[in-house]
Amino acid sequence: MWLVRFGVALVCAGLLAQSPKYGVGRTPSPEEIRAMDISILPDGTGLPEGQGTAAEGREVYARRCARCHGPKGQGGDEPKQSPLVGGRGSLKSPKPLKTVGSYWPYAPSVWDYVNRAMPLDRPGTLTHNQVYSLVAFIFSMNGIIGENDVLDAKTLAKIRMPNRDGFVPDPRPDVGKKK
Amino acid sequence: MAGRSSRRRFLEATASLTGILAGCKRSPEEDEGPRRIGRPLRVYGERSEFEKSLRALPTTKILEVGQSYTPLAEVYGTITPSALHYERHHSGVPTIDPATHRLLIHGMVERPLIFTMDDLRRLPSISRVCFIECAGNSHAGYGPRDAPTVQLSHGLVSCSEWTGVRLSLLLSEAGVQSGAKWILAEGADAAKMQRSIPLEKAMEDILVAYGQNGEALRPEQGYPLRLVIPGWEGNANVKWLRRLKLTDQPYMTRDETSKYSDSMPDGNARQFTFVMEAKSVVTFPSGGQKLAGAGFYEITGLAWSGRGRIDRVEVSTDSGGTWQDAGLSEPRLPAALTRFRLPWRWDGREAIVQSRATDETGYVQPSHETLVAVRGANYEYHNNCIRPWKVLADGSVTDVAG
Repeated sequence: MWLVRFGVALVCAGLLAQSPKYGVGRTPSPEEIRAMDISILPDGTGLPEGQGTAAEGREVYARRCARCHGPKGQGGDEPKQSPLVGGRGSLKSPKPLKTVGSYWPYAPSVWDYVNRAMPLDRPGTLTHNQVYSLVAFIFSMNGIIGENDVLDAKTLAKIRMPNRDGFVPDPRPDVGKKK
Repeated sequence: MAGRSSRRRFLEATASLTGILAGCKRSPEEDEGPRRIGRPLRVYGERSEFEKSLRALPTTKILEVGQSYTPLAEVYGTITPSALHYERHHSGVPTIDPATHRLLIHGMVERPLIFTMDDLRRLPSISRVCFIECAGNSHAGYGPRDAPTVQLSHGLVSCSEWTGVRLSLLLSEAGVQSGAKWILAEGADAAKMQRSIPLEKAMEDILVAYGQNGEALRPEQGYPLRLVIPGWEGNANVKWLRRLKLTDQPYMTRDETSKYSDSMPDGNARQFTFVMEAKSVVTFPSGGQKLAGAGFYEITGLAWSGRGRIDRVEVSTDSGGTWQDAGLSEPRLPAALTRFRLPWRWDGREAIVQSRATDETGYVQPSHETLVAVRGANYEYHNNCIRPWKVLADGSVTDVAG
Protein backbone atom coordinates (compact mmCIF):
# COMPACT_ATOMS: atom_id res chain seq x y z
CA MET A 1 0.00 0.00 0.00
CA TRP A 2 2.78 2.41 0.99
CA LEU A 3 4.64 1.49 -2.18
CA VAL A 4 1.57 2.16 -4.34
CA ARG A 5 1.03 5.57 -2.76
CA PHE A 6 4.69 6.42 -3.23
CA GLY A 7 4.49 5.32 -6.85
CA VAL A 8 1.41 7.47 -7.53
CA ALA A 9 3.11 10.46 -5.92
CA LEU A 10 6.14 9.96 -8.11
CA VAL A 11 4.04 9.82 -11.30
CA CYS A 12 2.16 12.99 -10.25
CA ALA A 13 5.42 14.81 -9.52
CA GLY A 14 6.70 13.73 -12.92
CA LEU A 15 3.62 15.03 -14.70
CA LEU A 16 3.72 18.31 -12.79
CA ALA A 17 7.34 18.80 -13.73
CA GLN A 18 6.41 18.28 -17.35
CA SER A 19 3.49 20.69 -17.54
CA PRO A 20 4.03 24.40 -18.17
CA LYS A 21 3.56 26.53 -15.07
CA TYR A 22 3.17 29.96 -16.66
CA GLY A 23 1.86 29.23 -20.14
CA VAL A 24 3.64 32.24 -21.60
CA GLY A 25 5.01 32.01 -25.15
CA ARG A 26 3.46 30.22 -28.10
CA THR A 27 3.99 27.04 -30.06
CA PRO A 28 6.05 27.63 -33.22
CA SER A 29 4.97 25.99 -36.46
CA PRO A 30 7.28 23.29 -37.92
CA GLU A 31 8.05 25.75 -40.76
CA GLU A 32 9.16 28.42 -38.30
CA ILE A 33 11.49 25.94 -36.61
CA ARG A 34 12.89 24.75 -39.94
CA ALA A 35 13.53 28.31 -41.05
CA MET A 36 15.51 29.11 -37.91
CA ASP A 37 17.27 25.78 -37.34
CA ILE A 38 20.50 26.04 -39.30
CA SER A 39 22.56 23.88 -36.93
CA ILE A 40 24.60 20.95 -38.22
CA LEU A 41 25.74 18.07 -36.04
CA PRO A 42 29.30 16.74 -36.30
CA ASP A 43 27.90 13.56 -37.93
CA GLY A 44 26.50 15.72 -40.75
CA THR A 45 22.85 15.74 -39.61
CA GLY A 46 21.39 18.99 -40.85
CA LEU A 47 23.58 19.33 -43.96
CA PRO A 48 21.35 20.55 -46.81
CA GLU A 49 21.16 19.38 -50.41
CA GLY A 50 23.78 20.59 -52.82
CA GLN A 51 27.25 19.66 -53.99
CA GLY A 52 30.56 20.97 -55.21
CA THR A 53 34.13 20.15 -56.14
CA ALA A 54 37.46 21.81 -55.44
CA ALA A 55 37.74 22.76 -59.09
CA GLU A 56 34.47 24.70 -58.80
CA GLY A 57 35.49 26.14 -55.44
CA ARG A 58 38.74 27.61 -56.76
CA GLU A 59 36.96 30.40 -58.63
CA VAL A 60 34.58 31.26 -55.74
CA TYR A 61 37.54 31.26 -53.37
CA ALA A 62 39.50 33.73 -55.51
CA ARG A 63 36.55 36.14 -55.53
CA ARG A 64 35.22 35.83 -51.99
CA CYS A 65 37.96 34.46 -49.74
CA ALA A 66 41.49 35.10 -51.03
CA ARG A 67 41.56 38.73 -49.88
CA CYS A 68 41.72 37.66 -46.21
CA HIS A 69 42.90 34.04 -46.38
CA GLY A 70 45.57 34.50 -49.08
CA PRO A 71 45.50 33.13 -52.64
CA LYS A 72 46.64 29.70 -51.47
CA GLY A 73 44.95 29.64 -48.05
CA GLN A 74 48.17 30.56 -46.29
CA GLY A 75 46.48 33.41 -44.42
CA GLY A 76 46.63 37.18 -44.73
CA ASP A 77 47.74 40.09 -42.59
CA GLU A 78 44.28 40.76 -41.35
CA PRO A 79 42.30 39.34 -39.79
CA LYS A 80 45.06 37.41 -38.15
CA GLN A 81 44.78 33.69 -37.45
CA SER A 82 43.13 33.13 -40.78
CA PRO A 83 45.35 30.49 -42.44
CA LEU A 84 43.34 27.56 -43.82
CA VAL A 85 46.14 25.33 -45.06
CA GLY A 86 49.16 23.58 -43.61
CA GLY A 87 50.37 22.98 -40.09
CA ARG A 88 49.97 19.17 -40.11
CA GLY A 89 52.32 17.76 -37.49
CA SER A 90 53.00 21.21 -35.98
CA LEU A 91 50.71 21.02 -32.96
CA LYS A 92 53.45 19.69 -30.65
CA SER A 93 56.03 22.14 -31.95
CA PRO A 94 56.97 25.50 -30.39
CA LYS A 95 55.04 27.22 -33.19
CA PRO A 96 51.84 25.27 -33.81
CA LEU A 97 49.96 26.28 -36.96
CA LYS A 98 46.25 25.74 -36.42
CA THR A 99 44.33 25.44 -39.68
CA VAL A 100 41.34 23.58 -41.06
CA GLY A 101 43.79 20.86 -42.12
CA SER A 102 45.82 20.61 -38.93
CA TYR A 103 43.31 21.44 -36.19
CA TRP A 104 39.60 21.28 -37.03
CA PRO A 105 38.20 17.94 -35.80
CA TYR A 106 34.95 17.68 -37.83
CA ALA A 107 34.33 18.27 -41.54
CA PRO A 108 30.62 19.26 -41.19
CA SER A 109 31.66 22.04 -38.74
CA VAL A 110 33.72 23.61 -41.52
CA TRP A 111 30.69 23.62 -43.83
CA ASP A 112 28.54 25.06 -41.02
CA TYR A 113 30.97 27.85 -40.26
CA VAL A 114 31.54 28.89 -43.87
CA ASN A 115 27.78 28.82 -44.41
CA ARG A 116 26.94 30.86 -41.29
CA ALA A 117 29.80 33.27 -40.96
CA MET A 118 31.67 33.70 -44.24
CA PRO A 119 32.67 35.77 -46.03
CA LEU A 120 33.38 38.09 -43.14
CA ASP A 121 31.94 41.20 -44.80
CA ARG A 122 28.76 39.51 -46.09
CA PRO A 123 27.96 36.37 -44.11
CA GLY A 124 25.11 34.21 -45.33
CA THR A 125 25.36 35.21 -48.98
CA LEU A 126 26.94 32.01 -50.34
CA THR A 127 24.70 29.40 -51.97
CA HIS A 128 24.77 25.85 -50.61
CA ASN A 129 26.59 24.68 -53.75
CA GLN A 130 29.17 27.43 -53.30
CA VAL A 131 29.73 26.38 -49.69
CA TYR A 132 30.20 22.72 -50.71
CA SER A 133 32.65 23.72 -53.43
CA LEU A 134 34.58 26.08 -51.14
CA VAL A 135 34.91 23.43 -48.45
CA ALA A 136 36.04 20.99 -51.15
CA PHE A 137 38.68 23.50 -52.30
CA ILE A 138 39.95 24.06 -48.73
CA PHE A 139 40.05 20.30 -48.06
CA SER A 140 41.78 19.72 -51.39
CA MET A 141 44.46 22.33 -50.62
CA ASN A 142 45.05 20.38 -47.38
CA GLY A 143 45.33 17.06 -49.22
CA ILE A 144 42.26 15.70 -47.42
CA ILE A 145 40.33 15.07 -50.67
CA GLY A 146 41.17 15.14 -54.37
CA GLU A 147 40.60 18.01 -56.80
CA ASN A 148 37.63 16.29 -58.46
CA ASP A 149 36.02 14.61 -55.46
CA VAL A 150 32.39 15.65 -55.14
CA LEU A 151 31.32 16.91 -51.73
CA ASP A 152 27.68 16.63 -50.72
CA ALA A 153 25.85 15.90 -47.47
CA LYS A 154 26.84 12.22 -47.63
CA THR A 155 30.48 12.44 -48.71
CA LEU A 156 31.23 15.38 -46.42
CA ALA A 157 29.90 13.53 -43.37
CA LYS A 158 32.21 10.58 -44.14
CA ILE A 159 35.44 12.61 -44.11
CA ARG A 160 37.64 11.95 -41.11
CA MET A 161 39.67 15.06 -40.30
CA PRO A 162 43.38 14.59 -39.48
CA ASN A 163 43.02 16.04 -35.95
CA ARG A 164 39.78 14.20 -35.14
CA ASP A 165 41.22 12.72 -31.92
CA GLY A 166 43.21 15.78 -30.89
CA PHE A 167 40.84 17.05 -28.21
CA VAL A 168 40.63 16.11 -24.53
CA PRO A 169 38.18 17.10 -21.77
CA ASP A 170 38.92 19.90 -19.30
CA PRO A 171 41.07 18.50 -16.45
CA ARG A 172 41.25 21.73 -14.46
CA PRO A 173 42.05 22.55 -11.74
CA ASP A 174 45.44 21.27 -12.89
CA VAL A 175 47.35 23.90 -10.91
CA GLY A 176 46.53 26.14 -7.95
CA LYS A 177 45.09 23.46 -5.71
CA LYS A 178 45.61 24.16 -2.05
CA LYS A 179 48.53 22.18 -0.67
CA MET B 1 21.51 107.58 18.68
CA ALA B 2 20.16 104.17 19.03
CA GLY B 3 19.42 104.12 15.28
CA ARG B 4 22.97 105.13 14.28
CA SER B 5 24.45 102.70 16.67
CA SER B 6 22.43 99.79 15.30
CA ARG B 7 23.19 100.90 11.73
CA ARG B 8 26.92 100.89 12.55
CA ARG B 9 26.63 97.45 14.10
CA PHE B 10 24.86 96.27 10.96
CA LEU B 11 27.58 97.70 8.73
CA GLU B 12 30.29 96.17 10.89
CA ALA B 13 28.55 92.81 10.85
CA THR B 14 28.09 92.98 7.10
CA ALA B 15 31.73 93.87 6.61
CA SER B 16 32.92 90.97 8.73
CA LEU B 17 30.50 88.57 7.02
CA THR B 18 31.81 89.66 3.63
CA GLY B 19 35.31 89.02 4.94
CA ILE B 20 34.34 85.53 6.05
CA LEU B 21 32.70 84.77 2.71
CA ALA B 22 35.75 86.09 0.87
CA GLY B 23 37.92 83.86 3.00
CA CYS B 24 36.06 80.69 1.95
CA LYS B 25 35.41 81.53 -1.66
CA ARG B 26 35.15 78.46 -3.86
CA SER B 27 35.85 79.58 -7.38
CA PRO B 28 37.08 82.68 -9.16
CA GLU B 29 33.67 82.87 -10.78
CA GLU B 30 32.10 83.88 -7.47
CA ASP B 31 34.34 86.92 -7.33
CA GLU B 32 33.03 88.17 -10.63
CA GLY B 33 29.65 89.34 -9.46
CA PRO B 34 26.53 87.57 -10.68
CA ARG B 35 27.10 83.82 -10.99
CA ARG B 36 26.14 81.93 -14.09
CA ILE B 37 23.23 79.58 -13.56
CA GLY B 38 24.06 75.94 -14.27
CA ARG B 39 22.78 73.62 -16.94
CA PRO B 40 19.04 72.83 -16.94
CA LEU B 41 17.43 69.47 -16.23
CA ARG B 42 17.80 66.93 -18.97
CA VAL B 43 16.07 63.66 -19.80
CA TYR B 44 19.17 61.54 -20.32
CA GLY B 45 22.41 62.05 -18.43
CA GLU B 46 26.00 62.03 -19.52
CA ARG B 47 29.22 61.89 -17.54
CA SER B 48 31.18 65.03 -16.69
CA GLU B 49 33.05 66.57 -19.56
CA PHE B 50 36.18 66.23 -17.44
CA GLU B 51 35.95 62.43 -17.37
CA LYS B 52 37.79 60.87 -20.28
CA SER B 53 37.98 57.11 -19.61
CA LEU B 54 37.56 55.09 -22.79
CA ARG B 55 37.69 51.51 -23.92
CA ALA B 56 40.88 50.71 -25.82
CA LEU B 57 40.41 49.54 -29.38
CA PRO B 58 42.66 46.95 -31.00
CA THR B 59 45.19 48.07 -33.61
CA THR B 60 43.48 45.96 -36.27
CA LYS B 61 41.71 47.43 -39.29
CA ILE B 62 38.49 45.42 -39.17
CA LEU B 63 36.76 46.70 -36.04
CA GLU B 64 33.63 44.56 -36.55
CA VAL B 65 35.71 41.62 -35.38
CA GLY B 66 37.85 41.85 -32.30
CA GLN B 67 37.77 43.20 -28.79
CA SER B 68 37.79 46.51 -26.92
CA TYR B 69 39.25 46.67 -23.42
CA THR B 70 37.76 48.07 -20.19
CA PRO B 71 39.98 50.73 -18.55
CA LEU B 72 40.26 48.75 -15.30
CA ALA B 73 42.61 51.29 -13.68
CA GLU B 74 40.02 54.03 -14.14
CA VAL B 75 36.87 52.37 -12.78
CA TYR B 76 35.86 52.45 -9.13
CA GLY B 77 34.33 49.71 -7.01
CA THR B 78 33.16 46.53 -8.66
CA ILE B 79 30.46 47.42 -11.20
CA THR B 80 31.72 48.31 -14.67
CA PRO B 81 29.90 51.24 -16.27
CA SER B 82 27.89 49.73 -19.13
CA ALA B 83 29.46 52.14 -21.61
CA LEU B 84 32.90 50.81 -20.64
CA HIS B 85 32.04 47.07 -20.51
CA TYR B 86 34.55 45.24 -22.69
CA GLU B 87 33.41 44.08 -26.14
CA ARG B 88 34.19 40.99 -28.17
CA HIS B 89 32.36 40.56 -31.46
CA HIS B 90 32.71 38.00 -34.21
CA SER B 91 30.53 39.66 -36.80
CA GLY B 92 29.84 43.21 -35.66
CA VAL B 93 27.06 44.59 -33.45
CA PRO B 94 23.65 43.94 -34.99
CA THR B 95 20.77 46.40 -34.72
CA ILE B 96 17.81 44.42 -33.41
CA ASP B 97 14.29 45.77 -32.93
CA PRO B 98 13.00 44.23 -29.68
CA ALA B 99 9.46 44.30 -31.08
CA THR B 100 10.42 41.72 -33.70
CA HIS B 101 13.02 39.74 -31.74
CA ARG B 102 12.10 36.14 -30.88
CA LEU B 103 13.65 33.38 -28.78
CA LEU B 104 12.99 29.84 -30.02
CA ILE B 105 13.41 26.85 -27.70
CA HIS B 106 13.25 23.51 -29.52
CA GLY B 107 14.98 20.18 -30.09
CA MET B 108 14.62 17.58 -27.33
CA VAL B 109 11.69 19.29 -25.58
CA GLU B 110 8.05 18.28 -25.06
CA ARG B 111 6.75 21.63 -26.30
CA PRO B 112 8.81 23.86 -28.59
CA LEU B 113 8.18 27.49 -27.63
CA ILE B 114 8.68 30.93 -29.11
CA PHE B 115 8.96 33.90 -26.76
CA THR B 116 8.71 37.58 -27.62
CA MET B 117 10.54 40.11 -25.46
CA ASP B 118 7.17 41.04 -23.92
CA ASP B 119 6.58 37.35 -23.10
CA LEU B 120 9.94 37.11 -21.38
CA ARG B 121 9.34 40.25 -19.32
CA ARG B 122 6.06 38.77 -18.02
CA LEU B 123 7.88 35.85 -16.41
CA PRO B 124 9.39 35.82 -12.90
CA SER B 125 12.74 37.61 -13.06
CA ILE B 126 15.89 37.72 -11.00
CA SER B 127 18.89 40.04 -10.82
CA ARG B 128 22.42 39.00 -10.01
CA VAL B 129 25.82 40.58 -10.13
CA CYS B 130 28.49 38.63 -11.99
CA PHE B 131 31.57 39.17 -14.08
CA ILE B 132 31.97 38.20 -17.70
CA GLU B 133 35.54 37.51 -18.78
CA CYS B 134 36.72 36.73 -22.29
CA ALA B 135 38.58 33.40 -22.37
CA GLY B 136 41.37 35.29 -24.15
CA ASN B 137 41.79 37.88 -21.39
CA SER B 138 45.49 38.35 -20.49
CA HIS B 139 46.50 36.50 -23.62
CA ALA B 140 48.97 39.26 -24.38
CA GLY B 141 50.34 38.91 -20.89
CA TYR B 142 50.97 35.20 -21.07
CA GLY B 143 54.05 34.81 -23.19
CA PRO B 144 56.28 37.84 -23.22
CA ARG B 145 54.07 39.77 -20.77
CA ASP B 146 54.23 42.62 -23.20
CA ALA B 147 50.95 44.40 -22.44
CA PRO B 148 52.00 47.81 -21.11
CA THR B 149 48.81 48.62 -19.16
CA VAL B 150 46.28 46.75 -17.06
CA GLN B 151 43.65 47.82 -19.58
CA LEU B 152 45.39 45.84 -22.31
CA SER B 153 46.53 42.97 -20.08
CA HIS B 154 43.30 42.39 -18.13
CA GLY B 155 40.64 44.65 -19.65
CA LEU B 156 38.57 41.80 -21.11
CA VAL B 157 36.72 41.36 -17.83
CA SER B 158 33.78 43.47 -16.68
CA CYS B 159 31.10 43.13 -14.03
CA SER B 160 27.43 44.06 -14.15
CA GLU B 161 24.13 43.48 -12.43
CA TRP B 162 22.18 41.37 -14.91
CA THR B 163 18.39 41.00 -14.90
CA GLY B 164 16.34 38.39 -16.69
CA VAL B 165 14.67 35.01 -16.48
CA ARG B 166 16.32 31.84 -15.25
CA LEU B 167 17.01 29.53 -18.19
CA SER B 168 15.82 26.60 -16.05
CA LEU B 169 12.37 28.25 -15.86
CA LEU B 170 12.12 28.52 -19.65
CA LEU B 171 13.27 24.92 -20.00
CA SER B 172 10.60 23.68 -17.56
CA GLU B 173 8.01 25.51 -19.60
CA ALA B 174 9.22 23.66 -22.70
CA GLY B 175 9.64 20.35 -20.84
CA VAL B 176 13.10 18.84 -21.32
CA GLN B 177 13.05 15.28 -22.71
CA SER B 178 15.08 12.60 -20.99
CA GLY B 179 18.37 12.06 -22.77
CA ALA B 180 18.93 15.75 -23.44
CA LYS B 181 22.36 16.77 -22.19
CA TRP B 182 23.41 19.87 -24.13
CA ILE B 183 21.93 23.14 -25.34
CA LEU B 184 23.03 24.83 -28.53
CA ALA B 185 22.77 28.60 -28.05
CA GLU B 186 22.68 30.80 -31.14
CA GLY B 187 23.00 34.55 -31.57
CA ALA B 188 21.23 36.78 -34.07
CA ASP B 189 24.43 38.49 -35.19
CA ALA B 190 25.41 38.24 -38.84
CA ALA B 191 27.53 35.11 -38.21
CA LYS B 192 24.87 33.44 -36.00
CA MET B 193 27.42 32.69 -33.28
CA GLN B 194 26.82 29.23 -31.78
CA ARG B 195 28.02 27.52 -28.61
CA SER B 196 27.04 24.21 -26.99
CA ILE B 197 26.41 24.42 -23.26
CA PRO B 198 25.90 21.53 -20.83
CA LEU B 199 22.26 21.25 -19.68
CA GLU B 200 23.47 20.74 -16.10
CA LYS B 201 24.79 24.32 -15.92
CA ALA B 202 21.53 25.63 -17.39
CA MET B 203 19.58 23.99 -14.59
CA GLU B 204 21.98 25.51 -12.07
CA ASP B 205 22.31 29.25 -12.68
CA ILE B 206 22.23 30.41 -16.31
CA LEU B 207 20.28 33.61 -16.88
CA VAL B 208 18.49 34.75 -20.04
CA ALA B 209 19.14 38.43 -19.49
CA TYR B 210 17.56 41.58 -20.88
CA GLY B 211 18.76 44.04 -18.23
CA GLN B 212 22.21 45.36 -17.35
CA ASN B 213 22.94 47.79 -14.54
CA GLY B 214 19.38 49.08 -14.33
CA GLU B 215 18.78 49.58 -18.04
CA ALA B 216 18.26 47.38 -21.08
CA LEU B 217 21.36 45.55 -22.34
CA ARG B 218 23.68 47.74 -24.36
CA PRO B 219 23.68 46.77 -28.08
CA GLU B 220 27.28 45.59 -27.80
CA GLN B 221 26.27 43.43 -24.85
CA GLY B 222 23.60 41.57 -26.77
CA TYR B 223 20.54 43.84 -26.93
CA PRO B 224 17.82 42.81 -26.50
CA LEU B 225 18.66 39.36 -25.06
CA ARG B 226 21.72 37.36 -24.06
CA LEU B 227 22.87 34.42 -22.00
CA VAL B 228 24.69 35.16 -18.77
CA ILE B 229 26.55 32.11 -17.52
CA PRO B 230 28.03 32.96 -14.12
CA GLY B 231 31.76 32.23 -13.99
CA TRP B 232 32.08 30.79 -17.50
CA GLU B 233 34.13 32.10 -20.41
CA GLY B 234 32.63 35.11 -22.15
CA ASN B 235 32.18 33.45 -25.53
CA ALA B 236 29.63 30.99 -24.13
CA ASN B 237 27.50 33.92 -22.85
CA VAL B 238 25.87 34.13 -26.28
CA LYS B 239 24.69 37.64 -27.16
CA TRP B 240 21.66 38.63 -29.27
CA LEU B 241 20.22 35.25 -28.24
CA ARG B 242 17.63 33.95 -30.70
CA ARG B 243 17.63 30.16 -30.40
CA LEU B 244 18.20 27.37 -27.88
CA LYS B 245 18.18 23.77 -29.13
CA LEU B 246 18.23 20.85 -26.69
CA THR B 247 20.36 17.93 -27.85
CA ASP B 248 22.05 14.78 -26.60
CA GLN B 249 25.50 15.92 -27.76
CA PRO B 250 27.53 19.07 -28.37
CA TYR B 251 27.46 20.54 -31.88
CA MET B 252 31.26 20.93 -32.10
CA THR B 253 30.91 24.38 -33.68
CA ARG B 254 33.89 26.43 -34.79
CA ASP B 255 33.95 28.41 -31.53
CA GLU B 256 34.17 25.27 -29.38
CA THR B 257 36.73 23.38 -31.49
CA SER B 258 39.07 25.54 -33.56
CA LYS B 259 38.75 28.46 -31.14
CA TYR B 260 38.46 28.62 -27.33
CA SER B 261 40.29 25.29 -27.01
CA ASP B 262 43.63 25.16 -25.22
CA SER B 263 46.69 23.61 -26.88
CA MET B 264 48.86 21.50 -24.60
CA PRO B 265 52.55 20.61 -25.05
CA ASP B 266 51.62 17.05 -26.16
CA GLY B 267 49.75 18.45 -29.15
CA ASN B 268 46.30 17.74 -27.74
CA ALA B 269 43.86 20.54 -27.00
CA ARG B 270 41.60 20.86 -24.00
CA GLN B 271 38.00 21.43 -25.02
CA PHE B 272 34.94 22.86 -23.22
CA THR B 273 37.19 24.64 -20.73
CA PHE B 274 34.33 26.79 -19.50
CA VAL B 275 35.22 27.94 -15.98
CA MET B 276 37.28 31.08 -15.52
CA GLU B 277 39.54 30.24 -12.59
CA ALA B 278 40.50 32.49 -9.67
CA LYS B 279 42.44 35.55 -10.77
CA SER B 280 43.39 38.99 -9.53
CA VAL B 281 45.33 42.00 -10.74
CA VAL B 282 46.63 45.19 -9.17
CA THR B 283 45.09 48.19 -10.93
CA PHE B 284 47.03 50.75 -8.87
CA PRO B 285 49.95 50.94 -9.23
CA SER B 286 49.86 49.46 -12.74
CA GLY B 287 51.56 49.92 -16.10
CA GLY B 288 51.53 53.41 -17.58
CA GLN B 289 50.80 55.18 -14.28
CA LYS B 290 53.17 57.58 -12.50
CA LEU B 291 53.53 57.95 -8.74
CA ALA B 292 54.07 61.55 -7.63
CA GLY B 293 56.82 60.66 -5.16
CA ALA B 294 57.54 58.63 -2.08
CA GLY B 295 54.81 58.48 0.55
CA PHE B 296 51.33 57.11 1.11
CA TYR B 297 49.28 55.36 -1.58
CA GLU B 298 46.44 52.85 -1.55
CA ILE B 299 47.24 49.74 -3.55
CA THR B 300 44.02 48.49 -5.11
CA GLY B 301 42.84 45.96 -7.64
CA LEU B 302 40.22 43.41 -8.61
CA ALA B 303 39.84 39.69 -7.90
CA TRP B 304 37.34 37.16 -9.21
CA SER B 305 36.67 33.45 -9.55
CA GLY B 306 34.25 31.50 -11.72
CA ARG B 307 34.05 28.89 -8.97
CA GLY B 308 32.55 31.14 -6.32
CA ARG B 309 33.54 33.83 -3.85
CA ILE B 310 36.97 35.34 -3.36
CA ASP B 311 38.18 34.41 0.12
CA ARG B 312 41.53 36.11 0.21
CA VAL B 313 43.80 38.42 -1.77
CA GLU B 314 47.45 38.77 -0.81
CA VAL B 315 49.64 41.58 -2.07
CA SER B 316 53.43 41.63 -2.33
CA THR B 317 55.51 44.78 -2.85
CA ASP B 318 58.91 43.08 -2.65
CA SER B 319 59.08 40.80 -5.69
CA GLY B 320 57.06 38.08 -3.98
CA GLY B 321 59.31 37.86 -0.92
CA THR B 322 56.53 38.61 1.55
CA TRP B 323 52.75 38.79 1.14
CA GLN B 324 50.18 40.80 3.10
CA ASP B 325 46.42 40.25 3.24
CA ALA B 326 44.53 43.01 1.45
CA GLY B 327 41.14 44.24 2.64
CA LEU B 328 38.22 42.90 0.58
CA SER B 329 35.16 44.99 -0.26
CA GLU B 330 31.80 43.58 0.76
CA PRO B 331 29.59 42.02 -0.32
CA ARG B 332 31.84 39.35 -1.80
CA LEU B 333 29.50 37.77 -4.35
CA PRO B 334 30.15 34.48 -6.14
CA ALA B 335 31.49 34.90 -9.69
CA ALA B 336 31.59 38.68 -9.28
CA LEU B 337 34.44 41.18 -9.18
CA THR B 338 35.75 41.80 -5.66
CA ARG B 339 37.71 44.97 -4.92
CA PHE B 340 40.81 44.67 -2.75
CA ARG B 341 42.72 47.48 -1.06
CA LEU B 342 45.94 47.76 0.93
CA PRO B 343 47.51 50.88 2.46
CA TRP B 344 51.11 51.32 1.27
CA ARG B 345 53.93 53.71 2.06
CA TRP B 346 56.24 53.79 -0.93
CA ASP B 347 59.87 54.37 0.05
CA GLY B 348 60.76 55.72 -3.36
CA ARG B 349 62.79 52.69 -4.40
CA GLU B 350 62.11 50.26 -7.23
CA ALA B 351 59.37 47.80 -6.25
CA ILE B 352 57.60 44.82 -7.82
CA VAL B 353 53.92 44.86 -6.89
CA GLN B 354 51.61 41.90 -7.46
CA SER B 355 48.49 40.19 -6.06
CA ARG B 356 47.43 36.59 -5.49
CA ALA B 357 43.79 35.52 -5.07
CA THR B 358 42.34 32.50 -3.27
CA ASP B 359 38.72 31.50 -3.85
CA GLU B 360 36.25 29.71 -1.60
CA THR B 361 37.26 26.31 -3.00
CA GLY B 362 40.82 26.91 -1.73
CA TYR B 363 42.19 27.39 -5.25
CA VAL B 364 45.20 29.73 -5.22
CA GLN B 365 46.01 31.86 -8.27
CA PRO B 366 49.16 30.38 -9.84
CA SER B 367 52.34 32.10 -10.98
CA HIS B 368 53.20 32.41 -14.66
CA GLU B 369 55.99 29.86 -14.19
CA THR B 370 53.60 27.32 -12.63
CA LEU B 371 51.16 27.65 -15.53
CA VAL B 372 53.85 27.33 -18.19
CA ALA B 373 55.31 24.25 -16.46
CA VAL B 374 51.98 22.44 -16.80
CA ARG B 375 50.38 23.98 -19.88
CA GLY B 376 53.36 24.93 -22.03
CA ALA B 377 54.21 28.12 -23.85
CA ASN B 378 51.46 27.87 -26.48
CA TYR B 379 48.64 27.90 -24.02
CA GLU B 380 46.39 30.66 -25.26
CA TYR B 381 43.12 31.05 -23.41
CA HIS B 382 42.18 30.95 -19.71
CA ASN B 383 45.38 32.57 -18.49
CA ASN B 384 44.83 33.41 -14.81
CA CYS B 385 48.43 33.80 -13.67
CA ILE B 386 49.75 36.38 -11.22
CA ARG B 387 50.69 39.63 -12.92
CA PRO B 388 53.51 41.74 -11.46
CA TRP B 389 54.03 45.46 -12.12
CA LYS B 390 57.32 47.27 -11.64
CA VAL B 391 57.41 50.67 -9.90
CA LEU B 392 60.61 52.45 -10.95
CA ALA B 393 62.50 54.88 -8.71
CA ASP B 394 61.15 57.83 -10.72
CA GLY B 395 57.60 56.70 -9.92
CA SER B 396 56.72 55.40 -13.36
CA VAL B 397 55.12 51.95 -13.54
CA THR B 398 55.84 49.40 -16.25
CA ASP B 399 55.24 45.75 -17.01
CA VAL B 400 57.99 43.55 -15.66
CA ALA B 401 59.44 42.74 -19.07
CA GLY B 402 59.67 46.49 -19.80
